[in-house]
Amino acid sequence: MNAALFLGARLGRALLMILGVLVLSFLLIRLAPGDPALLMAGEAGVDDAGYIDSLRHDMGLDQPLPRQLLIYLGRIAHLDLGYSYRNQTSVWSLIAERLPATLALMGSAFLLSSLAGIALGVLAARSRERRPWLDGLIAQGALLLYAVPTFWLAMLLILLFSVHLDWLPAFGLETVAADLHGWAWLADRLRHLLLPCLSLSFLFLALYIHLTRAATLEALGQEYVYTARAKGLAPRRILWAHVLRNALLPVVTFAGLQLGQLASGALLVEVVYSWPGIGRLMYDALAQRDYGVLMGGFLVISTLVVGFNLLTDLACRLLDPRIGAPGQS
Amino acid sequence: MPDRPSSPSSPTRPLRRVLMGLAASALILAGSVQAEPREGGVLNLVAQPEPPSLMHGVVSHVSTQYVSGKILQGLLTYDTALQPKPVLAKSWTIAPDGLTYTFDLQDGVRWHDGQPFTSADVVFSFQTFYPEVDKRLGGIFTDYVTSIEATGPLQVVFHLKKPFAPLLSSLGSGLRPVVPRHLYEGTDFRNNPYNLKPVGTGPFVFEEWKRGAYIKLGKNKDYWKKGLPHLDGIVFHVIPDASSRAAAFERGDIQALRSGDADYSDLKRLTALPGVQSSEKGWELYAGLAFLQINTRKPPLNNPKVRQAILYALNRQFIVDNIFFGSGKVAQGPFVSTTPYHDPNLAQYAYDLKKAKALIAESGVDVGAVRIRLLNGEKGGAWERLAEYTKQALQPLGFKVQVVTSDAATWFQRVSDWDFDLTYNFIFQIGDPYLTTAYLYRSDYILKTSPFANVSGYNSPQADALWSQVADTPEGEQRRQVYSRLENQLNNDLPIAPIFEMRYPTLFHSQVKNLLQTATSLNEDDESVYLDGPAP
Repeated sequence: MNAALFLGARLGRALLMILGVLVLSFLLIRLAPGDPALLMAGEAGVDDAGYIDSLRHDMGLDQPLPRQLLIYLGRIAHLDLGYSYRNQTSVWSLIAERLPATLALMGSAFLLSSLAGIALGVLAARSRERRPWLDGLIAQGALLLYAVPTFWLAMLLILLFSVHLDWLPAFGLETVAADLHGWAWLADRLRHLLLPCLSLSFLFLALYIHLTRAATLEALGQEYVYTARAKGLAPRRILWAHVLRNALLPVVTFAGLQLGQLASGALLVEVVYSWPGIGRLMYDALAQRDYGVLMGGFLVISTLVVGFNLLTDLACRLLDPRIGAPGQS
Repeated sequence: MPDRPSSPSSPTRPLRRVLMGLAASALILAGSVQAEPREGGVLNLVAQPEPPSLMHGVVSHVSTQYVSGKILQGLLTYDTALQPKPVLAKSWTIAPDGLTYTFDLQDGVRWHDGQPFTSADVVFSFQTFYPEVDKRLGGIFTDYVTSIEATGPLQVVFHLKKPFAPLLSSLGSGLRPVVPRHLYEGTDFRNNPYNLKPVGTGPFVFEEWKRGAYIKLGKNKDYWKKGLPHLDGIVFHVIPDASSRAAAFERGDIQALRSGDADYSDLKRLTALPGVQSSEKGWELYAGLAFLQINTRKPPLNNPKVRQAILYALNRQFIVDNIFFGSGKVAQGPFVSTTPYHDPNLAQYAYDLKKAKALIAESGVDVGAVRIRLLNGEKGGAWERLAEYTKQALQPLGFKVQVVTSDAATWFQRVSDWDFDLTYNFIFQIGDPYLTTAYLYRSDYILKTSPFANVSGYNSPQADALWSQVADTPEGEQRRQVYSRLENQLNNDLPIAPIFEMRYPTLFHSQVKNLLQTATSLNEDDESVYLDGPAP
C-alpha cells in the first residue's frame, strides 16, 4: 500500500469515527432526564409555561429527536456548532475561548509524562543489572504515583506548594489584574501551569515508565542486540539507535490511545485548579443540559483523539517501515 | 490575583508586622478616634457557581445577584433591622389610604455610560420591564396597580387600585434594580447584550468577564455618592471546587467566603485561622428556610396525620448540630421566626417519636405498604447525609424510604414534574411571605414548570382565601392576625415540613471592613467597603 492511499483510508476512517461519536453522544445525552429550557427558566426565576415553551421552540427542542439529530448534523457539515442560549453566545466562541487552556494543559502534561517516562523507563531497564536499587526505586515510585487518585494528589500539591510553602499560586491560569507583559507574562502563566501539569502528568508518567522499561528489557534481549554487540558497536549507540527505536513502538501506540484518558483526567485537574478549560466548560454544560456546548466539546475532543491517533499511526510507520509494507497488515 | 508581595520565609516579615501594628496603635492613640477608611485596593471574592447572566433584573440566580448588586441599584434596600433604607429613591411617602406611593429620586445620578438617571428609567422598569420578565410581579401589578407616572424628572408616583402592603418589599435593590431605559426599551429584554455587560448606577463598573476564570469590576469614579467607593475594584474568581476555594481563602487570595462557598465541615477550621472573622449578619432579609417537600397526592402522604408524624419523627436539632455543623436553627413554622409574619405562639413539632407513632396509629394507614422515594438533588454532602438520616429516622414508623440521588438538572425536572414523594429544598422568604412562600402553597400555582411552585399539590380553599386576604389588608394588627390564622392552617395541614432556618456565616479576613452593612449582604453594593492594610 502506498503512503497516499494509506493516509486517505485512515482519514476516511477517522471521519466516520467522529460521525459515530457525534451520533452516539447526541442520543446518549438525550437519554438522561433534564430539560435545558426548564433549567434556564428556573435560573431566571420564571415559572411561566409560555416562556418555557418559547425557549424550547427557540432551541429546537420541540422537534422530534431524529429530526433534531439531522438538523444538528447538517449544521456540523457546514462547520456551525450552534448557539448556546444559556450563555447567549455561539458555541464555537465558547470553545475557542477555552481550548488554548486545555491544549496547554494536555500538551505540557503529555510532553512531560512521555519524555520523562521514556527517559526514566530506559534508565530503569539499564539499571536492572548494575544498580537494581535504582530500577526498584523508579518502578515502585511510578507505581505509587499511579495508585494515587489524581484529584487527591492535586489537592495535596496545593496544600503543600501554595498554602504552606507559598511558592506557587493555588488556582487559575493567570494573575488577574496584574497587567504583565513579555517574559513576566509568560513566567506568570508557567507558574500557574506547573501544578496542574504535574498533577495530570503523574498518572501517565507511571504508565510510560513501565511500558518503556518492559519494552526496552525485551528489546535488549533480542538477537540483533547480540549481533550489534558482536559487531563491536558502542553500547550507547546500540541503545539509542537499535533498542530504543524498537522499544518505542508500543509506547507510541499507547500515547495515541491514552489521549482520550488524558482529556478526562484534564477535567478533574481543571476543576481542582480552577483551570478555565474545555473540560469544565463541558461539565458545566452537562449540569445545565446545554446540549449544543456539550456536543461541541465532544466534537472537539473526539477530533483531537482521532487526529492524534492518525499521527501516531504515521509515527509508527516511520519507526517501523514494515508496518503497511506488502504482506503486513 | 495578587500573589503575596514578599516571601513568607523571610524572617523580617513577622517582625515588620509587629512594628507596623505598634505604629498603627500609636497612631490610633495619638489622635483620630475613628479610623479613616483606606482608599484603594482590590477585593477578591468568589463567584460560585459562575452566574448565567450579570443582570439580576432578568436572572434572580443568587450568584448573579452577588455580582450584579455592585453594578445595578434599586429604589431602596433594607438595613439589618429590616427597615427600608433609601438607595436611588431619596425618600418616599405613602398616602394614609395606602393607595399612593410617591418616590423622590436622588439627583445627579448618572448611568455608567454617562446618561442621566431619571424618573423615566423608574417608570420604564416597573411599568414595562418587570411585568414582562417577571410574570408573578406582572400579575400582582395587574391586580393592584392603576398606573405608574413620572410627575417630574426626579419624582415617580405609584397609583394603586387597592392597598398592597408588600409593595415596598417588591421594589428593593436586591430583587428589582432600576433598569436603564435607553439600553433596554424596545429590545428583547432576556437576550439584551447588556445582560452580560451591565450598565448601572452603582459604585462599581463592569470591566471584563472571562468565562470560567473571573469577572472584573472597576471603580465608578463618578459615583453619585461623593467619596465612595473606597475600593479600586472587585474581582470575582470562578473556583468550582470547594476545597480549592478554602485553600485560596486560607492563602488570602480570596478575602471573603459567602456561606456555601466552603463546605459546612470546613467552616470551623477556617473560622479558627488567625485574622479570620465570621459573621451571620447580612442575611436578615433573605431569611432562608430549609424544608421537606411532601407530595400530598401520594398515599399515605395524602393524610395530614402521616405528614405530621414525619415531622415529629425528625430530630431537627440533631440535623442542625450534626449534619449542618450548627449553621441553622430549628424552624418554628412555615414563616421564618425572625420576621414579623411568624406567630410566636404557633404549635411546635418537637422531636417526639412516641407521638409520631401514635399519629400513624390514629391515621389507620399502613405506611409501609408502598415504598416512599426521597429524591435527593445534588446540593452538596450535607444534603445527602440529611437524606440518609431521614431514611433512618422514618424507619421506626414503618416507612420504607428509598433515597434516589440524581444530578441537579434531573432533580429540577423531576420535582417540577411532581415526580417525587419527598424531597428537600429551601427558599428565601425575602420579607413578606406573600411575595415568595405563597407560591409554594397557593392552589393557582399547582404548576409543572418549576420546583419553586406548589409542587406538593396542596389545595386548600381556606388557605387560598387567607392568602388573598393577607394581600388586601394594610400593614397592622389586623394583617398580623390574618397571617397568624394562615400560618396555623399551613402548620396543621403540613404539605411542607419546615426543617431549619438557615444561618449564613460569611468568613472574611479582618482587613476587610464594612462588608456586611445591610440585610442583603448578597447583593450589597459594597460602596463603603475598604481594605485596612494589604492582603495577609
